[in-house]
Amino acid sequence: MSLCAVKGFQRLRQRQCVLISKVCVHQLHSSPGFTDSCYDGLYPGHIQTTPIQKALLAVGSGVAALQNPYRHDMVAVLGETTGHLALINLRDRMKNDPEGYTILTERPRIRLSTLDLSRMASLPDGSFGREYLRFLEDNHVTPDSRADVKFVDNEELAYVMQRYREVHDLLHTLLGMPTNMLGEVAVKWFEAAQTGLPMCALGAVLGPLRLNSSRLQSLFTSLGPWALQNGRRSRCILSIFYERRWEQNLEDLRQELNIEPPPVILSAANKRST
Amino acid sequence: MAASMRLLVRRVLRLSHRNINVAAAGGSGRSGCCSGSSSCRCFSDATGDRSTHFGFETVPETEKAKRVYKVFENVAQKYDVMNDAMSLGIHRVWKDMLLHAMHPQPGVRLLDVAGGTGDIAFRFLEYVQSQQERQKRRAARSTQTPSWQDISTNYSTEDKDGPQESKAVVCDINKEMLKVGKQKADSMGVSAGLSWVVGDAEELPFDDDQFDIYTIAFGIRNVTHIDQALQEALRVLKPGGRFMCLEFSKVTNPVLARLYDTYSFQMIPVLGEVIAGDWKSYQYLVESIRKFPDQEEFKGMIEDAGFYCVHYHNLTGGVVALHSGFKL
Repeated sequence: MSLCAVKGFQRLRQRQCVLISKVCVHQLHSSPGFTDSCYDGLYPGHIQTTPIQKALLAVGSGVAALQNPYRHDMVAVLGETTGHLALINLRDRMKNDPEGYTILTERPRIRLSTLDLSRMASLPDGSFGREYLRFLEDNHVTPDSRADVKFVDNEELAYVMQRYREVHDLLHTLLGMPTNMLGEVAVKWFEAAQTGLPMCALGAVLGPLRLNSSRLQSLFTSLGPWALQNGRRSRCILSIFYERRWEQNLEDLRQELNIEPPPVILSAANKRST
Repeated sequence: MAASMRLLVRRVLRLSHRNINVAAAGGSGRSGCCSGSSSCRCFSDATGDRSTHFGFETVPETEKAKRVYKVFENVAQKYDVMNDAMSLGIHRVWKDMLLHAMHPQPGVRLLDVAGGTGDIAFRFLEYVQSQQERQKRRAARSTQTPSWQDISTNYSTEDKDGPQESKAVVCDINKEMLKVGKQKADSMGVSAGLSWVVGDAEELPFDDDQFDIYTIAFGIRNVTHIDQALQEALRVLKPGGRFMCLEFSKVTNPVLARLYDTYSFQMIPVLGEVIAGDWKSYQYLVESIRKFPDQEEFKGMIEDAGFYCVHYHNLTGGVVALHSGFKL
């Protein structure tokens, strides 16, 4: 395996030329030809953008996400382009927490390849790992569907963003919310109160527009206030090393995080029926 | 005789010149800040590949075709929507102007290379059909009182004079683009006189002297060896055949150039991300435009390939250039 060095870093000029910084890792295999994993920017998947481009992206992705809420990539882009200050705030909170600091240094990723599903299935009911697995199965979701971060211009903040995305499903489990519209809105309210990301706030405000009146009532009377309150008072959810707590009892974990159990039990059978 | 000798000598000189310049990955550097120093030497010494440009990147020549394929595979579904969004619909005007300059008459055979989603071919068939109807009307007017015999012969020849006479062949290296084109044709109900062929512009799957008109619209800058594509164009055209190329080119007016650059680099990748979910492909697109030779240089390349009466016409201030040449 031979490495080829870093080359050329160009600064953005008035003519808005393309900004390229390349890191090339060159691998020579025994087979003919070669593979190289080159990436531009500060981390794999990073795309350098000018402030104008970020502004255009924010507006464009907002419009696209509103028109078609199933475009998760647009929601992701909106979060990345508008979340700079909130990400800094989150990162500082993580740094001040010992467990959060460990996460920032070790950089764990939640993926199917890193999870030991058979071991989690063998855990007792009521444990965090078992309930998480149940959540994945009931709602037919997988942790691998999270888009990679592209437009955050700081490597550490990009990881914080990625961690936030990957923790989202775990949050569903902690809060006991399914992935139907009402459950998603409740989780968004919690996240908006917790993280302060503008994308969460936008989702929290616009999400209820798609709910029917009975669900709206449930949201405004019980679920909503519960989510907001708990979002404000709970420990920073990004600072928990979930991967080491699969055996922990879910109720214990909730207490540790200062989260009350949900006032209303929603079932996953209500999927996709707004 | 002297003319062809001159052409031969010029071509030999050009080839040797190009060999020297091959690793520099230069085109006529539009904005010098962007081209030169970002070259990462990504190629292996063992294979000894020549390198070329892929946008502002430098890649081995063998890599470029693969990467271009991938780009168009990714964008195929949203290609037409993106064209409308990026050019604000003006690409339709450019393509219409190509057809107008072409002025095809019923009976000609068109080869549209890199024709992908079929825009040129559809316009060609429509144009030829309207020309046919025009001719029929003219014929009808000239024969003031046709006899029943004349009318009946006209009816019987109508089907034969149909679009089967004019044939359009859409050739593209990318199957996804052709698929989208075919779907469009099906939804428009156009099928007669249209064929879809997978093929490489540098090595066309057709015999010599087959076509009356060869077009390549916004495709030739993606070809790795442009001179080979031009030679292939010369080969498959009949004597008297016409080569026509629509391609993005250099804007002459400096104010417009500035605006165009800003728009290209700021807006287009953003549009690509928002509409098609693909930033990188559209970044490649705007970079590849900058790497393509300018109007005069491209005209020289067409002449080197052996075409005569080579002219170009700037559209939209030079944003697009329409080059035309004849095989004699």
